[in-house]
Amino acid sequence: MENAPGEGRAMTAAILVSIFMTLAAAATPILLASLGELVTEKAGVLNLGVEGMMLCGAVAGFAVAYSTGSIALGLIAATLAGVAAAMIFALLTLGLGSNQVATGLALTIFGIGASSLIGAGFVGRTITRLGPLFPADYAAHPWLRLVFGHDAIVYLSLALVLAVGLFLRRTKAGLILRAVGENADSAHAIGYRVLAIRTAATAFGGALAGLGGAYFSLALTPMWADRLTAGRGWIALALVVFAAWKPGRLLIGAYLFGAVATFELQAKAAGWSFIAPEVLAMTPYLATIVVLTMMSLGRRIGGRDAPACLGKPFPAS
Amino acid sequence: MLEWRRRREPSKAMLYLSPLIAIGLTMLTGMLVFGAIGYDGLRAVTAIFITPLIEPQRWADLGVKAAPLIMVALGLAIGFRANVWNIGAEGQYVMGAIAGTGVALLTHDMTGWWILPAMALGGILGGAAFAALPALLKVRLQVSEILTSLMLTYVAVQFLYYLVRGPWKDPDGFNFPQTKMFSASQTLPAVAEGSLVHVGVPLAILLALIAWFVMSKTVAGYAVRVVGRAPAAARHGGFDANRVTWAVLLAGGGLAGLAGLLEAAGPFGQLTPQFPVGYGFTAIIVAFLGRLSPVGIVFGALVLAVTYVGGEIAQSTVRLPSAATGMFQALLLFFLLATDVLVRWRLAWKTRPAKVAP
Repeated sequence: MENAPGEGRAMTAAILVSIFMTLAAAATPILLASLGELVTEKAGVLNLGVEGMMLCGAVAGFAVAYSTGSIALGLIAATLAGVAAAMIFALLTLGLGSNQVATGLALTIFGIGASSLIGAGFVGRTITRLGPLFPADYAAHPWLRLVFGHDAIVYLSLALVLAVGLFLRRTKAGLILRAVGENADSAHAIGYRVLAIRTAATAFGGALAGLGGAYFSLALTPMWADRLTAGRGWIALALVVFAAWKPGRLLIGAYLFGAVATFELQAKAAGWSFIAPEVLAMTPYLATIVVLTMMSLGRRIGGRDAPACLGKPFPAS
Repeated sequence: MLEWRRRREPSKAMLYLSPLIAIGLTMLTGMLVFGAIGYDGLRAVTAIFITPLIEPQRWADLGVKAAPLIMVALGLAIGFRANVWNIGAEGQYVMGAIAGTGVALLTHDMTGWWILPAMALGGILGGAAFAALPALLKVRLQVSEILTSLMLTYVAVQFLYYLVRGPWKDPDGFNFPQTKMFSASQTLPAVAEGSLVHVGVPLAILLALIAWFVMSKTVAGYAVRVVGRAPAAARHGGFDANRVTWAVLLAGGGLAGLAGLLEAAGPFGQLTPQFPVGYGFTAIIVAFLGRLSPVGIVFGALVLAVTYVGGEIAQSTVRLPSAATGMFQALLLFFLLATDVLVRWRLAWKTRPAKVAP
């Protein structure tokens, strides 16, 4: 039996749309986490604990969603868990003046341990995943699904990119935040509370990392497995460098990453035997190194991007 | 009231005391946290921190666990001293094991005293080569070694999976994804007949002594410290920061690679997908606990080895999940970084401003 030509085109459209949907889903957690880290770094704080905060969010979100049956409560719990983890970091680096690099690493080791411990009882359990915000039958117009078919967090992440971009560029509070990251001493001299602003920026970074982590356990793979985020927190950190600390470019970078991840999934699903699955699993990490290298080549022409006080303690010791 | 006062000079005493305070706080917090979530907190902490020390039959385990941690942490600490943050030691450890295992598979039907040294050389070169990429990117293009070395860890682990499931899979291994078992001349000998302690343990201590000598008695060690502490002064003094970056990354990678090979040729006896066990990350804690000094690292590695061995004991006695060990290790690092504040600040009773004498 022959398919009508129109039907074939609809099939192709449906497949393409579903590929783009996967791409958006893969991009979203990394976009959230890197957007949070961007704000943190703009305030001059280098928090390398993104992977740890994501894992805290992922496990808290799953535990709460599994126990209460509510995805919304899970997302809230994940955000709070991310903030709590970020506050440990803030207490040590901003309160006690510990080394930011070392403390960030500690936070990641902590997140791996804590999520593994709390998640031990949940391994293999599943939940009903976060569904689309506007559930509908898009069979007649598959392309409409690209606009209306996503879950709430995808829309939220896009709105946050816009909000953060506007906040940093157009508001006074955003200007102060950037001043604190560029020149903490001057900002302090004018009378701004450097540590309070940095703490707030760190908390925001933690909130988004927690939410991004929960996207893994509540939307992407609605079940718990150890080290669910698989290094995505580190890729989120690299993405901030790639984006040269600009939210708009972060969006592009996250969706490019989503494309790489989708390619990996598609190639696996299609059973490409000429590429080993392990080689495909390496691609996001290798791609990150390649991108960082290209960025660096480009920056030689473009000049400096990072906030001047990034990673430097205040008051200087 | 108590208040913080800045010390005029960093406290030497606190430099050595604060790790002990951190260990104490970790035990206390662990007791409270694990008590709160329904375990016997006191028994858990005793099992993890005390039992391995007082039961002599566990001491061999402690040495075997501490040896790779010492080697990896030595390499990391030298780098941290120079402000080079190699956090991909886990990948270099895996790559070292892979390269050394490559030698083992080539020499599988041979015997001879030279095979183990050749495997060790393979391990060192494998680890160093894998650290060369972050070094090259850092020196040439100022790409952060933190991110590149860490990304490469995931690459190394996937490469290991590929090898043990594919080309290196043991044909007589009942379809398990693992390499052939190493032969007798490819396995680390014990230090004494019937002992579990292999020659990697004294080797680790020897390496710590060599590292101490190089870091504190040679110009090279001095260059590393100056570049880390005062980059501007180092440039002035004619020390080449790029050369130091290369040296510390290659040394760190080589040491991690050697540790990986010794684990493969020692406790594992082959390569399996379970091989990456996180020593590369735990060694970060060891390096800090040891205050980035080679002698301190030997003690730091022992403490972390205690938590590993004790974690296993706690698993069987109070049914504490194995992930609890990781939690304890992370807590330890947090408290260590927190108590560092005591080196630069001291707590003192608040005094009223002195009245001006009439």
